[in-house]
Amino acid sequence: MGEGQIDEALRTELQRQGVWVTSMQELYNWGRKNSIWPLQFGLACCAIEMIATAASRYDIARFGGEIFRPSPRQADLMIVAGTVTKKMAPQIVRLYNQMADPKYVISMGACAISGGPFKQGYNVLKGIDRYIPVDVYIPGCPPRPEALLHAFMELQRKIDEQKLTGADKAAHLDPEEPSEFPVPAFGKHDLEPPANPDVFQPPELKRV
Amino acid sequence: MSATVQTLEAMERPPVTMSSRLEGELLEVSMGPQHPSTHGVFRMNVTLDGEIVRKLKPVFGYLHRNHEQIGEQTTYLGSMPYTDRLDYFCSMSNNWAYALSVEKLAGIEVPERAEYLRVILAELTRLQNHASLLGFLLSDMGAWGTPLMYAFREREKILDLFESLAGSRMMCDYMRFGGCRVDADDNWLAGARKIVDRFPKFLDEFEELILGNEIVIARTQNVGKLSADLAISAGITGPMLRACGVNYDVRKVDGYGFYPRFKFRIPLGEHGDTYDRLMMRALEMRESVEILKQALAQIQPGAIVNPKAKIRAFRPPVGEAYGRIEAPKGELGFYLISDGGPNPYRYRVRPPSFINLTVLEDLCLGHTVADVMVILGSVDIVMGEVDR
Repeated sequence: MGEGQIDEALRTELQRQGVWVTSMQELYNWGRKNSIWPLQFGLACCAIEMIATAASRYDIARFGGEIFRPSPRQADLMIVAGTVTKKMAPQIVRLYNQMADPKYVISMGACAISGGPFKQGYNVLKGIDRYIPVDVYIPGCPPRPEALLHAFMELQRKIDEQKLTGADKAAHLDPEEPSEFPVPAFGKHDLEPPANPDVFQPPELKRV
Repeated sequence: MSATVQTLEAMERPPVTMSSRLEGELLEVSMGPQHPSTHGVFRMNVTLDGEIVRKLKPVFGYLHRNHEQIGEQTTYLGSMPYTDRLDYFCSMSNNWAYALSVEKLAGIEVPERAEYLRVILAELTRLQNHASLLGFLLSDMGAWGTPLMYAFREREKILDLFESLAGSRMMCDYMRFGGCRVDADDNWLAGARKIVDRFPKFLDEFEELILGNEIVIARTQNVGKLSADLAISAGITGPMLRACGVNYDVRKVDGYGFYPRFKFRIPLGEHGDTYDRLMMRALEMRESVEILKQALAQIQPGAIVNPKAKIRAFRPPVGEAYGRIEAPKGELGFYLISDGGPNPYRYRVRPPSFINLTVLEDLCLGHTVADVMVILGSVDIVMGEVDR
């Protein structure tokens, strides 16, 4: 049994007696995972599916994520929904920097993950994970609303497992971990730098 | 938003009803690209005098995805899925416009059933586009949520039809040169009839809810007036042109597809203001329902694709062609130049929302900054199409 966890049998026994026992960590994570406020920020086609997820049929409010905030200061989650162009990438990193910790990123759709069908375009960034850390990737072009809900639940699971104390505590509780990342600038041919080396390492190609 | 204070140059001030606290100073405000009601990544540099817009400079290119260049590098058929992502609300209309221009270029005939299916799908697209546009417009005015939920409820029903036919909700990639990809069975047609028959009920409810609403009238009437002369000289098309009272609809003018076979009217506005543009969408939905009823009654079994149309090694003869349709947002055209190779030498899109956006400054001058969002919403832009 790890730190901050309660024996399940003891807890069940206490609940029978009308006593509810929890740990600080469980309560904290339970509260945070059920009130994720996404940033109201759409880029392209995937944004329409994001709206559909928030609208009548799919109703993201069931998971506590219906409060789309137009201001990054009030948001916990950035859903990068659509093609990130080189003109837009600095704005996205800036918006990410403006969000308050703890903050999470869902990379929605093929374009946000890798450039997708527009990868060959000269103005298209080949994945937003070059500049900011991404928590959940959700492929599709565009992903269905169910897929976005799945990504949302994965993120909730991830939040639920975060530790408050100890060596493997959550990154936002560690003052050493960066919460802001350098904003890329327009260079002569490409964004400079082309990727943030602290976040992104290009995959090594092995020839056999 | 970032803001810088500018000093006022000598400027003739028309009488304004609102007094300004920053008397004599102009404020330059950058709205977007991250803004809840700019309909995507669109940015406007607005110069404000108090709350009155004195200058408006649109900034594009935040979603420039090199559509035309990619179109010149891929094969003719390879561009079809990319056209879905132009105006991502209306993938069926985009497919049709592109298929039409390639069919013109290569001289391919389309069988009757395929033409009927195209009309049905394009009009369904128009229904869902206009319904969601009205929802978004009301959201921009401050009716947060409810109208959009009503509109998306209907939109989901139409998207279900698209999904059961083409396999995808939004990116249908359905049309092919000389026909359509898969046939619609009787169950699908019965389902479409059911949705079309019930649609007027939604329209009655929606119109009662919004079009007579006092706040909507106050926010939209006499706001963003566009004169017919300016609209014609700026190349405005679609509902925005017809709201000024100009009777121009490509469905009637060109008579492409089987539109001459259907009986429908073209609604026309009178004042060219935001309210007329809003009404135009509501009235067009009613006409679309009429077209759909006729098309669904007339459709006969038959082939859906011309067997002579080549799929592999498709090389149209040397030449050029411009195919256009009346997309929900206006005249959508594709201009293709062929040099006889497997991919077009030049591939150009005439996007309706980009050209309709060119008059944005003329519409907004003299109005308050809150009206800018309403006017922009009534222009009906999709950034995928504006920036391409």
